[in-house]
Amino acid sequence: MTRKQKRLSILAGFAVVLALATTLVLVALRDQIVFFYSPSDIAERGVAAGEPIRLGGLVKTGSWTRVGETNDFVVTDGQTEMSARYVGILPDLFREGQGVVAEGSVTPTGSFLASNVLAKHDENYMPRELVEELKRRGEWEPEDVALGASR
Amino acid sequence: MSLDTTRKANWFSRLAHPGAFMNWSGPMVWPLAGITAVLFVVGVWFALYASPPDYQMGDTVRIMYVHVPNAWLAQFTYAVMAVAALGTLVWRHPLADVSAKAAAPLGAVFTALALFTGALWGRPTWGTFWEWDGRMTSTLILLLLYLGIIALWRAFDDQLRAGRVIAVFTLVGAVNIPIVKFSVDWWHTLHQPASVFVAGGPRMPGSILTPLLIMTLAFTFLFLTLHIVSMRTEILNRRADSLERQHAARSPGA
Repeated sequence: MTRKQKRLSILAGFAVVLALATTLVLVALRDQIVFFYSPSDIAERGVAAGEPIRLGGLVKTGSWTRVGETNDFVVTDGQTEMSARYVGILPDLFREGQGVVAEGSVTPTGSFLASNVLAKHDENYMPRELVEELKRRGEWEPEDVALGASR
Repeated sequence: MSLDTTRKANWFSRLAHPGAFMNWSGPMVWPLAGITAVLFVVGVWFALYASPPDYQMGDTVRIMYVHVPNAWLAQFTYAVMAVAALGTLVWRHPLADVSAKAAAPLGAVFTALALFTGALWGRPTWGTFWEWDGRMTSTLILLLLYLGIIALWRAFDDQLRAGRVIAVFTLVGAVNIPIVKFSVDWWHTLHQPASVFVAGGPRMPGSILTPLLIMTLAFTFLFLTLHIVSMRTEILNRRADSLERQHAARSPGA
């Protein structure tokens, strides 16, 4: 083994150890690193009422009602649902079927009281005109956005 | 080592010798700068005029044409430094030190711009400038790594020793790069997952992808140009330092 090969193998061994250590730390801290919990996560964990937490998921279609500044909506992850209330002005991108992250806490009745709401943007981008054209023809399916590139 | 790899190694080390590097890189600076300028003119024209507003964000989507290239280069520049760190530690190559040192300030600026443009985009889109989610926090750590590396280069008088210490530090910090990249897949984050290089093709039509790719290419050429210029400056600085030292050694009375 030349000196260069020796140095390279020492570094490779060091890289393996470092990667392993980092993986262990990240796996152990997973619950602290996540930015929000899904309704299923909250149901599974039995989060205590009043404990500050972030709830994330999709705003269930047809669930959003607004009286004055009081907004009621349901957050879903496809399996579990959780009703949420937020008093205040919602971000522009807040809408049904879209991702949302609500900061607040679970109430004793098991619903969610948000003190702040953030809209989550998905990974899809579409020209406004194309979407309007599709809507005009009645062919607009939000799930189709993912296929936008193939059109 | 076989004959073929020996020849390859020689070919590379010939080009990478600092003197040879000065010879071949000099004539490349202006053409590279020209390509960069043309790409920016075309890219900005696409980004600001010849592309449609997004159906949700409207014109805010245009921030992405600056944000994504900077975020890409924030990570790419670190990868360049990590490869250079291997060159320093394994091959003890003087040009590897120069390459790493020249890249650090560029990476710091790209990372800062990615964070800044991300905040500008986040306020109207998410409703917040900053949140401590996985992607944003790991990118902030990346910026701190760059700043730490720049500070280390300045802390040492002996640049040869600095190069080795910083190479080890750089390789340890490289563990953060996959975290930045995959944070959005591993954990629930506020930041959206990747859009361009994903299974099933990009999650955007050509009219939005075109300005994004041209701007990414423009910023990448900007990096190449600035990196070469910065490496040349560093080599000349080191030569000037050693000439000064030789001069001082020759005239002890001065």
